[in-house]
Amino acid sequence: MGLTIAEKIFARHLLDTPDPEHRVLKLDRVFCHEITTPLAINDLAARGWDRVFDREKIKAVIDHVSPAKDGKTALQGKILRDWAGRQGIDFFDIGRNGVCHALFPEKGFVRPGQTIIMGDSHTCTYGAFGAFAAGVGTTDLEVGILKGVCAFRSPRTFKIEVTGKLAPGVFAKDLILRIISLVGTGGATDMIIEFTGEGIRRLTMEERMTLCNMAVEAGATSGIVAPDEETVGYLWPFIRDDWESPAQALEAYRGLHSDPDAVWEKTLAVDAGALEPLVTVGYKPDQVKTVRELEKTPVDQVYIGSCTNGRIGDLRAAAEVLKPEVGRGRKIAPRLRAIVSPATTLVFHQALKEGLLDIFMEAGFCVTNPTCGACLGMSNGILAEGEVCASTTNRNFQGRMGKGGMIHLMSPATAAATALEGFIVNSRLYRGREIEK
Amino acid sequence: MKDFNGPVLFLDRSDINTDEIIPARYLNEISREALKPYLMEDLKLPAFSPEALPGRRAVVSRRNFGCGSSREHAPWALEVNGIHIVVAVNFARIFRQNMFNCGMMAVELPENQIEEIFQAFSQKETLLETDLPRRRLTFSSQGKTLSYDFHLSDFDRRLLESGGWVEFAEKNY
Repeated sequence: MGLTIAEKIFARHLLDTPDPEHRVLKLDRVFCHEITTPLAINDLAARGWDRVFDREKIKAVIDHVSPAKDGKTALQGKILRDWAGRQGIDFFDIGRNGVCHALFPEKGFVRPGQTIIMGDSHTCTYGAFGAFAAGVGTTDLEVGILKGVCAFRSPRTFKIEVTGKLAPGVFAKDLILRIISLVGTGGATDMIIEFTGEGIRRLTMEERMTLCNMAVEAGATSGIVAPDEETVGYLWPFIRDDWESPAQALEAYRGLHSDPDAVWEKTLAVDAGALEPLVTVGYKPDQVKTVRELEKTPVDQVYIGSCTNGRIGDLRAAAEVLKPEVGRGRKIAPRLRAIVSPATTLVFHQALKEGLLDIFMEAGFCVTNPTCGACLGMSNGILAEGEVCASTTNRNFQGRMGKGGMIHLMSPATAAATALEGFIVNSRLYRGREIEK
Repeated sequence: MKDFNGPVLFLDRSDINTDEIIPARYLNEISREALKPYLMEDLKLPAFSPEALPGRRAVVSRRNFGCGSSREHAPWALEVNGIHIVVAVNFARIFRQNMFNCGMMAVELPENQIEEIFQAFSQKETLLETDLPRRRLTFSSQGKTLSYDFHLSDFDRRLLESGGWVEFAEKNY
């Protein structure tokens, strides 16, 4: 019987089988941020175990509230900063930080075949590189830091085969929203979603990260994409000393690919070519409609950013919608405010160099520092009671971006078009106009 | 081992998420006790008010309980309010693991049994008794009693007996 990529990674990292249902794995990476780690740090210190299993394998960042907004968040940052210093752990403070799931891949810390945990549910993002990456709570994180191990139920894989090519104006975000609507919020619970097929091979690493990022919204433990030329191309600057050539790296990574006779728990086929721009309604990420159906829904705030859609490709897609309009002197709709939050310092800098921030600012966007802030209602763009946000983030839970606030999830291009009109609208309208000119 | 018995709180909806159990605006707290007043502050359900929380020792809900954020603040907020057991059709993976990692229980029962429990008890003051050695939950109210067998893996049992994952891992790995 063949194995899936997840089963191969599990087999290579197996430390213990405490019962037939569970596997204890050795970890290659433990990533930490300032919200969920301080309690683990304090608990370890209180137990007299202020140590780490391997400082090279642990990385830490301040991202959720960056910079600190009050005394309490400053203390969280301080606990993490002091600990990283004390233990000799790579630490990314404000000014050189970013939203964790955008920052750590950018730094080259994520590799195919790794096991990765972090005290953050969107850790599944790293599956884009062919890693098994799972969000965990603070206790799992604490044991990960101390022992370099974590327990999971045996992996069962949900194979989602994507055919076709996304049409212009349709993005990876639309694809994952459609997949979540088909699978349901709990449809992949305790499973690993393997995204496969020619529709996936066509996607950039950033697009694959958007896809894997939201696997948890269907309940999945991790998303995963088998490493290919695209993966090696992205990683090459970081792995060039490990391999003689990209071809050699690719050959080695191929050993991880799911076997042809692997056993799948569930399967689903999706035609990317048949998709159109999508948006969520209500308070669950599986409640999805087409932008056409929701057109003219007014919004109070537009937010472009987060670990889902705050990377350079996302900012380019949004700026592309805005640029011709800004060129005509147009601004965002008068009674609406819009925020763009580049996901990392590097993305911010790149957007600055490419003139993207000029476009956003001329359109009337507020450009913020990299932070998770508004996505989970902690800082930098919280909604007031009764307000509606068009957002490129990952969760539309009731009150998530602020008590009594409502969220429509969408792609950066749809969000940019929505900012111009003041209500939800298809970004293709703007593409059409550009072609006419 | 923690106490898994007492008055039940019924939450009659699927997909109760961890933002609803404890909103992110309280994640700047660095002690579990500080979370106590904020449990389920944002939860909007027709028959629910946070005033119903004091004295509750167990929660019964529907499908996919604890979905969303990985925040262990959700089990902690339950714990500091005296709730150590949640019974549902199924759980989001991270929430379920967090419960057992803290020495608490997330018990899965089939949908028809959960439906029966809601039908029989959700409008009444109900007590839950947990018989861990026999793996049996007993709900009772005004003379009516229903019992259900549940599955507990050997690993989860050992987590409960150890007091949590930190203690278990320190001893075994």
